[in-house]
Amino acid sequence: MTVTPTPAEVRQSEVGRARRRKEDARLVTGQTRWTDNIQAPGLLHIAFLRSPMAHARITRVDVSAAREMPGVVAAFSGADFGAEQGSLPCAWPVTEDIVIPDHPPMATETVRYVGEAVACVVATDRYRAADALEAIEIDYEPLPPVLDLEKALDADSPLVHDAGNRAYTWTLSNGDVEAAFRDAPVVISRTFRQQRLIPAAMEPRAVVVTPLGDEYTVHTSTQIPHILRFLLASVTGVPEHRLRVIAPDVGGGFGSKLQCTAEEVLCLLAAKRLGRPVKWTESRSEGNLTVHHGRDQLQRVQIAAEADGRLRGMKIDLLADMGAYLMLVTPGIPLLGAFMYNGVYKMAAYDFRCTGVFTTKMPTDAYRGAGRPEATFAIERLMDELAAEIGVDPVEVRRRNWITHGEFPYDTVAGLTYDSGDYEAATEKALQLFGYDKLRAEQKDRRDRGDTVQLGIGISTYTEMCGLAPSRVLGQLGNASGGWEQADVRVLPTGKVEVATGATPHGQGHVTAWSQIAADALGVPFEDVSVVYGDTAVVPRGWDTYGSRSLAIGGVAVHLACEKVKEKARRVAAHLMEIDPGDLEYAEGAFRVRGAPAEQGRSIQELAAAVFNAHDMPEGIEPRLDSSATFDPANFSFPHGTHLCAVEVDTETGFTKIRSYVAVDDVGTVVNPLIVDGQVHGGIAQGIGQALYEEAVHDAEGNLLTTTLADYLVPSAADLPAFVTGRTETPATSNPLGVKGVGEAGTIASTPAVVNGIVDALRHLGVRDVQMPCTPERVWRAIGGAS
Amino acid sequence: MAKINVNVDGVGHEEEVEPRLLLVHFLRDRLGKVGTPVGCDTGNCGACTISMNGKSVKSCSVLAVQADGAHLVTVEGLASNGDRHPLQKAFHEEHGLQCGYCTPGMLMAALDLLKENPDPAEEDIRAGLEGNLCRCTGYVNIVRAVQRAAREMAGERP
Repeated sequence: MTVTPTPAEVRQSEVGRARRRKEDARLVTGQTRWTDNIQAPGLLHIAFLRSPMAHARITRVDVSAAREMPGVVAAFSGADFGAEQGSLPCAWPVTEDIVIPDHPPMATETVRYVGEAVACVVATDRYRAADALEAIEIDYEPLPPVLDLEKALDADSPLVHDAGNRAYTWTLSNGDVEAAFRDAPVVISRTFRQQRLIPAAMEPRAVVVTPLGDEYTVHTSTQIPHILRFLLASVTGVPEHRLRVIAPDVGGGFGSKLQCTAEEVLCLLAAKRLGRPVKWTESRSEGNLTVHHGRDQLQRVQIAAEADGRLRGMKIDLLADMGAYLMLVTPGIPLLGAFMYNGVYKMAAYDFRCTGVFTTKMPTDAYRGAGRPEATFAIERLMDELAAEIGVDPVEVRRRNWITHGEFPYDTVAGLTYDSGDYEAATEKALQLFGYDKLRAEQKDRRDRGDTVQLGIGISTYTEMCGLAPSRVLGQLGNASGGWEQADVRVLPTGKVEVATGATPHGQGHVTAWSQIAADALGVPFEDVSVVYGDTAVVPRGWDTYGSRSLAIGGVAVHLACEKVKEKARRVAAHLMEIDPGDLEYAEGAFRVRGAPAEQGRSIQELAAAVFNAHDMPEGIEPRLDSSATFDPANFSFPHGTHLCAVEVDTETGFTKIRSYVAVDDVGTVVNPLIVDGQVHGGIAQGIGQALYEEAVHDAEGNLLTTTLADYLVPSAADLPAFVTGRTETPATSNPLGVKGVGEAGTIASTPAVVNGIVDALRHLGVRDVQMPCTPERVWRAIGGAS
Repeated sequence: MAKINVNVDGVGHEEEVEPRLLLVHFLRDRLGKVGTPVGCDTGNCGACTISMNGKSVKSCSVLAVQADGAHLVTVEGLASNGDRHPLQKAFHEEHGLQCGYCTPGMLMAALDLLKENPDPAEEDIRAGLEGNLCRCTGYVNIVRAVQRAAREMAGERP
C-alpha cells in the first residue's frame, strides 16, 4: 500500500541544501584550535638548523656551545639521535626495482637539499631556541648540486645517491601505438614544463608532542592523523598503542600535509629524550623550503589524429623530479596522471612512460590534483593545438573525440572504467554562461583592428579520477594504503546524534556536510547532529582526507552507518510495539506501523532512551544505539566539466588579465552547493596560480629563491576575477549517494583553460606555446620570438 | 626589557617585554590572544592583521614595544555585547571562509576598508584586500561577504 504524506509530513531533504557551515561561528570569532595555540606547563620550543647547501658532505657538527646558551635545555645533531631516528617512509614503491634511499629525518653524513635539517636546539622559548642555532658549529664539504632533470640522467652527472639518479621507470601501454602514429595524417608533438610549485597552505606547520610516561600525544597540523600514527610508530619504534595523534584545526593542506615529516619525528624523539612537551612552529620561509613541493615534470607528449581531428593514439614520456628523497607517496604522484592523459576522449592506442629522477631539491609529493593536473594540462593543450592544426574550433575538435553520454560506462584506453558523465550537457551549459559566440566575435574584431590588447578564449573539458579509494586498486598499483573509510554513528541517550568520521577535515566543511547526510538518513534535525574527527583516541580508524575522497568514501560511510543504526532501532521498536519488524516503516525520524499516523510511532529519540536504560530490550541487542560502517567502493569517482576562460593579453607588455571565467562542473549529487562552489572557486584560483604566477625558483647552486610570499606569488584578490559557476548533475554509480569528489576538480581544470586562452589570444601572431607561469616577460618574449 | 601598557580588546595590560618581541607573539604567547594567527613573517599574507588605534596593522611586522600606549582590537574583540559584527555574520552567510586561518586578518582588514569606503565596488574590495592572502576560497565569497556586510552596516537589508 502506498501512502501519500500530507505536505506537513514532507521533510525537506538536507542533501542539496546550501546550509551555512557549522564550522564558521568559532572561526570568525577567533575561537580556534591551531596547533601553535597550544601552551602547556614546561613547554619547550624546538628550532632546526638547516643546510645552506644543496649538496654537501657534513664533516663536523658541534652543538656543545649551543647547549650553553641561555634558556637552552638540549641540542642535538643527527648523530645524537643515531639509529633511533629511523628513515622517513615511502609507502608507494611503484616498481620492483625502485631505488628508495635511506632518508634520516636529520642528515648525518650528507645533505641533499637546501633546508634539510642538520641539528636542533630545544629551549624555553622560541626566540632563545632560534638564538642558539647560531652557536652550532658545522662544517661542510661542498658536492656538486644536481638541478636539471634531463642532465641528471646523463652518464657523467654527479650522483644524488650512490644508486644513481634514476629512481624508477614505470610504463603503461594499450593498443598498437606505433600503428596509430604510422602514416597518421596529423601528429602533434610538444614538450611542456610543469614547473615546481609550493603548496603554501596559510597555516604554517606546527607540532606539539606531550609525553605522559611512555605515552605520547602528538598534536600536528596534518591531513592524516590516522596514517601518521602508524607511520610514527614504524619510524621511531614508539608502539602504536602508546601514540595518540590529534589534528586539531588545520589551516589548509592541499596535499602538503599528507606526509610524515622530519619535524614530526624529531619532535617526538626530543620529547621522548627530555620527558617534557616540545613544540615546533615553522616560519614561512622554513615552510617554503621544506614543506614538500608539487608538480615539477618535463612532459614530452604526442598525439596522432585523422585529418578530421579524430584521435588515433597518444605517447607520453615524462621525467618527474622526485627531489632528493622519496617521501610518503612521491613516486606515485606522476602515475596518478598516467590514467588521465587520454582525458575525456576516445582513442585506440596509448603509451605512457615515466622516469622518476633524483635531484638536490626538496622532495616533491602530493599537491592539489597530484598528477592529474599535469595530465589534463597536456591533453587539453594538445587538443587546442590539434584544433588549430586542422582548422576547426577547439570546442568542435573535442566534440569529435569525447565519450558521448550514451557510451557510459566506458572502458578507456588507459584502463579505467568511467562510470558516468555528460560532457555534452556540461559543455553546452558552459558555452551559454560564457557567451562563447559573442566573445569569438569580439576576438575577431580585435584581431582585425590589430588591437594591442588581444582577446583569447581557453577551454578545458576535463575529467579526473578521484575519491582515492578502491583498496584493491591501490594494492595493484603498489600503494601500501587502504582506501576504505569508516564512520561511527551514535544516537545518544537524549536523542542527539554524534558522528565520528575517519575523514579528517582541514577546512572543507565535513561537519556541516556529514550533519546533512546523517540528518537525512535518520530523519533528525540538522542541528541535532555533531561530528567528531581528527583524534586517534576519539576516532580510532580512518584513512583521512586527500585525493577528493572524503565525501565519496567517508560521507558514504556515514550514510551506511545511519542505515545500520536504523535497522537496530527497528528491532527495538518492533519489540516495544509487539509487532513484526517488517511491518514497520521509518519516516520523519520514527518507526510506525505502515500507514499509521506518525504520532503513534516510536521516535528515534525515544528508542535511544529505551536502549540506554535497557529495561525492556529484545534478545541479543546490546544497550547502545550506535553502529559503525566502512565503505570501500568498487571504482573511483569521475567528476568532469567544462571550464572556459577569457583572457586579455597586452601584446606590448605581455600582461595577462583574466576577463571572465566560467566553470560548469559535474560532481554528481550535490550535498551542499555552497561548499561545492567554494571548493571549485578555491581550486580554480590555485590552477590560475600555476598558469600565471607561481614557481619555485632555484639559483645555479640550488638555493631556493622564492622563500617568502613576496617572492612566491600566491594570487591575491586583486589578481583574480569573480568566477561564474554552474553545474550538471550526473550521479556517480559507484556509491549509494551518487556523489563524486570536488576538492581537486577546479585546480585540474583551470590551468590549461588559462594557458589555452593566452595561446589563443596570440596564435595569429605565431605563438604556439608559453611556458608556465605565463609571466608578462614570458608572454612578451613569446610574442617577440614568434614574429 | 621594556615596560609597555596596552589595551587589548578592552582589557588593559602592563607587561615587561624584550624589545625584539613581535606584537603578534606578545598577543599569542604572553596574553593568550590566540585568535590572531601568524601566516608568514614578512607582512605579505595579512593573517595577523589587527586594529591598532583604529588602523589595521600586520602584527607580525610591529614590535610589542611599538604598541606601548595603544588600543588594540583583534578578531576576538570584534563582536560587541555578544552580537557578532556584520562582517563576521557576512563571512558565515556567504561562505567566505574554509579553513579559517586567514579569516581573522581578512575581517580586520575589511573592517578598515569599510571604514574608509563604506560602499565599495567589487574592484575596491579586491584592491583593498590585496595584502591579505587566502589559499582556500579564491576570494569570490570573501568579496561577496564584504559587500553584504557593507549593506548591513549601511542599514540596508543584507
